[in-house]
Amino acid sequence: MAALKAGARLKSGVCDTQVMVIAAPAGDVALTCGGAPLLEAAANAPRGAIHPEHKNGTQIGKRYVNADGSLELLCTKPGEGSLALAGALLKLKEAKALPSSD
Amino acid sequence: MNLMTLLEMAAAGMGERVAVQCSGERWTHAELFAGAGRLAARIRDTAAERVSVLDVSSPAVPLALFASAWSGRPFVPINYRLTGAEVDALIERVTPVLLVTDGERAKSLAGRSGVTLVVREDLLAEARAAAEPPAADWSMEPEEIAIWLFTSGTTGVPKAALLRHRHLVSYILGSVEYMSAAEDDAALVSVPPYHVAGMAALLSSIYSGRRMVQLPAFSPEAWLELAESERITNAFMVPTMLARVVERLEATGGAAPSTLRALAYGGGKMPLPVIERAMRLFPSTDFTNAYGLTETSSTLAVLGPADHREAAASSDPNVRRRLSSVGKALPGVELEIRDAEGKPTLPGERGEICVRGEQVSGEYLGRASRVAADGWFPTNDGGFLDEGGYLFVEGRIDDVIVRGGENLSPGEIEDVLLEHPAVSDVAVVGVPDVEWGEGVAAAVVLKEGASASASELQDWVKQHLRSSRVPQLVRFEPELPYNETGKLLRRKVREALAPS
Repeated sequence: MAALKAGARLKSGVCDTQVMVIAAPAGDVALTCGGAPLLEAAANAPRGAIHPEHKNGTQIGKRYVNADGSLELLCTKPGEGSLALAGALLKLKEAKALPSSD
Repeated sequence: MNLMTLLEMAAAGMGERVAVQCSGERWTHAELFAGAGRLAARIRDTAAERVSVLDVSSPAVPLALFASAWSGRPFVPINYRLTGAEVDALIERVTPVLLVTDGERAKSLAGRSGVTLVVREDLLAEARAAAEPPAADWSMEPEEIAIWLFTSGTTGVPKAALLRHRHLVSYILGSVEYMSAAEDDAALVSVPPYHVAGMAALLSSIYSGRRMVQLPAFSPEAWLELAESERITNAFMVPTMLARVVERLEATGGAAPSTLRALAYGGGKMPLPVIERAMRLFPSTDFTNAYGLTETSSTLAVLGPADHREAAASSDPNVRRRLSSVGKALPGVELEIRDAEGKPTLPGERGEICVRGEQVSGEYLGRASRVAADGWFPTNDGGFLDEGGYLFVEGRIDDVIVRGGENLSPGEIEDVLLEHPAVSDVAVVGVPDVEWGEGVAAAVVLKEGASASASELQDWVKQHLRSSRVPQLVRFEPELPYNETGKLLRRKVREALAPS
């Protein structure tokens, strides 16, 4: 997969997951969902099977990060697959509870 | 990255929840989304390069904001309280524009070149007629400008702060959890749309799924009535609004709205006596003080409910004074106080508040960005951090009084004068002085029925602060000049107090 750009919309090729890129490491990255490469939002791809080890699901409104935090994705549509970078599953970014300021 | 993504997610996950209501009119997230799509197509059919709302709060504000984002045009709310000439000057700066306004104003603006007029009711009707939303074809370029916000212009011609999609999306993602509001949560929005707090309230409410109840014309009576009848759980006010609600409750012996869980305030300095009285009148409400600037996409630091209670209950003066602080930086914001040489200060030392973070724009139309290459933005606000890391804001650096080479903060002197039992409001400014270069002058408003002489107030300051802080001139005034969102117009006070 090619280089990622902040703001880009991507979708899973094997489930309903859609994400927006919040932060991306430089260079080419191998980003997958459900074990299959993430695609440009406009792409038209046949559906395959979800890899059984990449099937924990994504939740709308949650942010997913890699180990060093250089990659951050916002899930804009949920699905059954799991997001991963170079085979390593992304983790849920913990949200700090903040008082409502507006 | 686009603000539309926030509404799209709200429509997908909470489509049937009411997003906004005003005077009986209700729009769900799904209706807002479809309406924004229809209006975006309309905007793209015009030559407008910007979309402006010159109007009070109504559902037309979120519709126009999201339609602007969808169509790729900046959204520019304009202050409807400005004089005709001031409004004309701002319209001039936003043409070619699609301008949403009320019927009366539309008549008076008819025929302007470069202005496509849309009456508020027509916009609402057109958005209502939307069927299926069109394809999500908005740009995801994070650098595109989402909003121009004119600063209040208390010191001169209003500047247009530029907020890009990435600034606002970062602010929302960093401070609000998606769908974190309960089904029956409701926010009362009484700040006008041309204020950054109005924009922030709108975006936060949409993303959290909190029903937004708009109050187009604030009065303490209307605010209290709406809070009760709409079972409001959250509200934001500028300090003057809260002061008026407090006065109203004290005068009538009325009770605080029973459902109000959280009340946030910001946009100006909160006088200590007002927040103390408010906390007594709203014993079961959580208070949050929010500090931010237009050009930082709203809130940078907050003093939360636990800090409010701890400070109010403490007998330690260092903890107690935190009630006058703005708390600590949000997780995504770095904050430093820097001295005149740009070096970080020690706790307690005054300097300029500098911030860094994804939400910080620091950019104005037609001017070079004030953000340094390393991302730090000097706010032009003076202040200090205490030992516990709590931030105290003391006003604009330009307002600092330089008396015989010594820098005096008006806020410090004002805080002391406000503690005097006879003083209801005060503004301290610098006035020209032959001996010292600048001298300290105070415009004081006394409480109704209270009395104090100038020398009594000078003695009061002398008891609490070093003698250089004692105002050489104290003048009593019936009231101080504020703009409509509660910003003190110091320039006017200075003009009034300067020796002629």
